[in-house]
Amino acid sequence: MNIPPAYVLTLSGILFALGVIGVLIRRNAIVIFMSIELMLNSANLAFIAFARALAPAQEALRGHVFVFFVIAVAASEVAVGLALIVAIFRSKESIDVDEVSSLRG
Amino acid sequence: MDWQDFLSVLPFIIVAGWATILLLVDLWIPANRKGITAGLAVLGLIAAIAAVISRFGIEREAFDGMIIVDGFSSFLQLLFLGVGVIAIAQAYDYLRRRDIERGEYYILLLYSLSGMLLMASAGDLIVVFLAVELLSIPLYVLAAFAIPKADSEESALKYFLLGAFASGFLVYGIALVFGSTGTTALSGMVAAIESAETTPILLLVGSGMILVGLGFKVAAVPFHMWTPDVYQGAPTSVTSFMAVGAKAGGFAALLRIFISALPGAAVMWMPLTMWIAALTMAWGNIAAISQTNIKRMLAYSSIAHAGYIFMALPAAATPEVAPEAVRAALFYLVTYAITNLGAWGVVLAMEKAEGSGLEIEDYSGLGKKRPALALAMALFMLSLTGIPPTVGFMGKFYLFQVVIDANLIWLALVGVVTSLISAYYYLRVIVVMYMRDGEPEVRSEALLNSTIFITAFGTFFFGILPGFLLKMINQVSLLDLFR
Amino acid sequence: MLAEYLPIVVLIVLATGLAFIVVALGHLFGPRKPNPVKAEPYESGMRPYGPGRRRVSVHFYLIAVLFILFDIEIVFILPWAVVLREIKMVGLIEMAVFIGVLLAGLIYAWKTGALEWE
Repeated sequence: MNIPPAYVLTLSGILFALGVIGVLIRRNAIVIFMSIELMLNSANLAFIAFARALAPAQEALRGHVFVFFVIAVAASEVAVGLALIVAIFRSKESIDVDEVSSLRG
Repeated sequence: MDWQDFLSVLPFIIVAGWATILLLVDLWIPANRKGITAGLAVLGLIAAIAAVISRFGIEREAFDGMIIVDGFSSFLQLLFLGVGVIAIAQAYDYLRRRDIERGEYYILLLYSLSGMLLMASAGDLIVVFLAVELLSIPLYVLAAFAIPKADSEESALKYFLLGAFASGFLVYGIALVFGSTGTTALSGMVAAIESAETTPILLLVGSGMILVGLGFKVAAVPFHMWTPDVYQGAPTSVTSFMAVGAKAGGFAALLRIFISALPGAAVMWMPLTMWIAALTMAWGNIAAISQTNIKRMLAYSSIAHAGYIFMALPAAATPEVAPEAVRAALFYLVTYAITNLGAWGVVLAMEKAEGSGLEIEDYSGLGKKRPALALAMALFMLSLTGIPPTVGFMGKFYLFQVVIDANLIWLALVGVVTSLISAYYYLRVIVVMYMRDGEPEVRSEALLNSTIFITAFGTFFFGILPGFLLKMINQVSLLDLFR
Repeated sequence: MLAEYLPIVVLIVLATGLAFIVVALGHLFGPRKPNPVKAEPYESGMRPYGPGRRRVSVHFYLIAVLFILFDIEIVFILPWAVVLREIKMVGLIEMAVFIGVLLAGLIYAWKTGALEWE
């Protein structure tokens, strides 16, 4: 059974949109961060779909390699982000982004 | 892959490798002697500068086109390394004063710099993405360096969430461009677009998303909302580095991707970049007027300057003007870096231990108490406005000329008018310093003073004799490699 | 072409429908005699203690973060292992450098006390 790349792309587009909406409407820092991860992973899906469409060509490999790097970078972002959120939670007892806003001008 | 390839990325290897070694060495350096780490970090940067200079004039591709070594990359790498040295010198006393001195500061700064170096010589969108992240992730941590101070927490959280959000757009944009052109190599993209083997709609949306992602990084309107809060909340020495380094890194990527890899798609991105440039100049300068905090004022000023540099992109859409547009953007980046590092240096000198002394009103009486410092600040403000005899004037002059050459006269007009508006808030600082009476409390630290002196000298020297800089920039050829 | 998926759709509808019906039937006709023991959450036969949503020590986050960082490197090591025979010595040296960087991170975490479990 062969799934046409357009279907995969549509799915990845939907996931990306969900991620963007999540970032814009949610207030919990961890949930916002999860939405960002969704955006990154939807891009991974798109990469794989395009790489499959290009399949026999050597260039398709670049798509696969890019996915590896995105996964690794996402992991380091998780590490820094979680550490940051935990540090803020320790002092504020809250990770609601609306409560972290004292800077105004 | 051969030996030469590794020489091509030698500056990057030196900085990143040295940072990793320092990470371990620092563990055995006692907490009250972190100056050793700072000194060692500077030594690494000097070695990297030597490596860049030693291969000046060489043009080649390395690692199958993943890395490009040319005048553009060497020039920017020199700029980044210089910024790094000054940033370390500025941070040393400040960190001690704020009681947040840790060796990791310098190490993270080196890692971030290594990302910028990589960005300058990126020849593939994979490398561009990695460089953006390598540049940004250490900066998120640096912004959080004064935790548990609430300001620093807020700054870091906002910078992190919006930075990661922007990365999401960047990656998805790259995915679409990859789907459209069938490659991530910049040189391959040129060929694919020329032979029309692309899906135009994917290319349009993809390059638009890359523009959004990098627009966040350089703080262009309408993706600038994070800038004032992040710049104000982060420790000032970090802000100084962030405002100059991260922005220059973002522009390195923008220029490389849009001008050298996507010139064939210029019809698509030209109107977009034109409007971004105009809006950024207008909004940055107008919003800066009402600021009373110097850090916020300089933050809006940095947004406005992103707008000026952005003008180089629509100008470069006209092929004959493109090389000059790149050079003008590079010249402006140098201008911006020198002047801004100096201005932030003065802010550092004025900041008190607990973080007050950052209102513009606090500068009253500076002209009497510390004439030299006030003179330097006046010079920086004039340069940011673009008034001769400062380097800021030369930068704006060169840039506006290129924009007019590209027949974008209305855009140049927006630039001139907004520069006039900006005079209001920059000159107000000078007025406060000289015309108001006050007893400002100012630091005098040898390292910080010398960075202010060097940048002030640069601002003045290149303002009256820009020839040396222009000569270096004229050797920069961004476009030759793909033709 | 979409018609090929019709059996799957029918199956999904039937399966979920059946599940709902069975649960609903039990709910309607089953006897209900609640007592405190029945209302307890099932915890592998242990006596449950404390509320279900108690706070986890921050230290777990630190360990989790370190785990993610070192765990994800398999993404690079696995493809490397597959092609090791083709890339020979260069590949081996490059992986040594890669592992060396990871090792530096591990030493840093160790020395700063991130791995202490008090």
